[in-house]
Amino acid sequence: MSEGQQHPLSIYYSIWILLFVVSGFSYAVDYYQLQGTLRWTLILIFMFIKAGFITAIFMHMTWERMALQLAILVPPIFLMIFIGIMAIEGDYTFLTRIEFFTESDFVPFIIILGQHINFF
Amino acid sequence: MSDTSVAQTGEPLKEGLAGVVADYSADKTAFQVPWGKAMMWIFLLSDTFIFSCFLIAYMTVRMSAQDPWPLTSEVFSLSMGGQPIPLLLIAIMTFILITSSGTMAMAVNYGYRKDKKKTFYLMLATAILGASFVGMQVFEWTKLIVDEGVRPWGNPMGAAQFGSAFFMITGFHGLHVSAGVIYLLVVAFRVKNGFYERRGNDYGIVEVAGLYWHFVDLVWVFIFAFFYLW
Repeated sequence: MSEGQQHPLSIYYSIWILLFVVSGFSYAVDYYQLQGTLRWTLILIFMFIKAGFITAIFMHMTWERMALQLAILVPPIFLMIFIGIMAIEGDYTFLTRIEFFTESDFVPFIIILGQHINFF
Repeated sequence: MSDTSVAQTGEPLKEGLAGVVADYSADKTAFQVPWGKAMMWIFLLSDTFIFSCFLIAYMTVRMSAQDPWPLTSEVFSLSMGGQPIPLLLIAIMTFILITSSGTMAMAVNYGYRKDKKKTFYLMLATAILGASFVGMQVFEWTKLIVDEGVRPWGNPMGAAQFGSAFFMITGFHGLHVSAGVIYLLVVAFRVKNGFYERRGNDYGIVEVAGLYWHFVDLVWVFIFAFFYLW
């Protein structure tokens, strides 16, 4: 323990090359202008691969004791809740703006729906 | 007195979940690492939440923007030989930061091997790469502000929120990189001058500095994915 984190250099070289390749892949996603679900799935996959290897190998998280791993890696999971709440909020703000702040040339779906109900 | 690890009781440390319980219920030391490293990790955890706040705020304003969001691959394209290449500068910046992460990992490794000279030069290389990253960011900001007219309150390309999100997120990251360059240079020159050699020949501080630097790279991975590619 007093000698700290000492590992063979080959691990760092291979992770280094891997990070380069995966970064190349995520750049290629934009270069070839992939769109839609495929685009964001690939972006997220490459992002998590890179983040995972940096944390696990470069920051030595794999070799730390479980107490430290849990203390650092568990709290960020709660961010998922934060993201969820703010996604709902963003959606709500967008719909409210459409409803109340839109110029007359664009008729929102809800108003069209309301007119149909009155019509019948 | 300074050795807080293994042998307060002389018993071998437990592994797995039993180890977690034993570590957290210990009288003095929960984390079996040097205090500098534990504190750096806790700082990085808090920094994770700050950057998350920025990125989540960006998500919220982008979702609620009525005007179309500017196309990042066009906004950040760079002309090479009269032909625009999307995100060229950002790609170069990404590769520079990964390279610097690699040299930093090497520096940590040579630090633990007590190789003063190699540690110093690798940390110096890391700092130079970091400084060139900041230089490219200055170029990028100048191009955006002067040529494209992006302001925190609006821009000619679309949603007004683009500017504020961009300046806040990349600005805060750039600040972290700049601080990291200074931090690395201080530690590097202390390594060279034998500061740590006189203090028990312990180069653990190089790993602590390395943790900060890798974190800066880690944040860039998320900014690259969410801001530039999404």
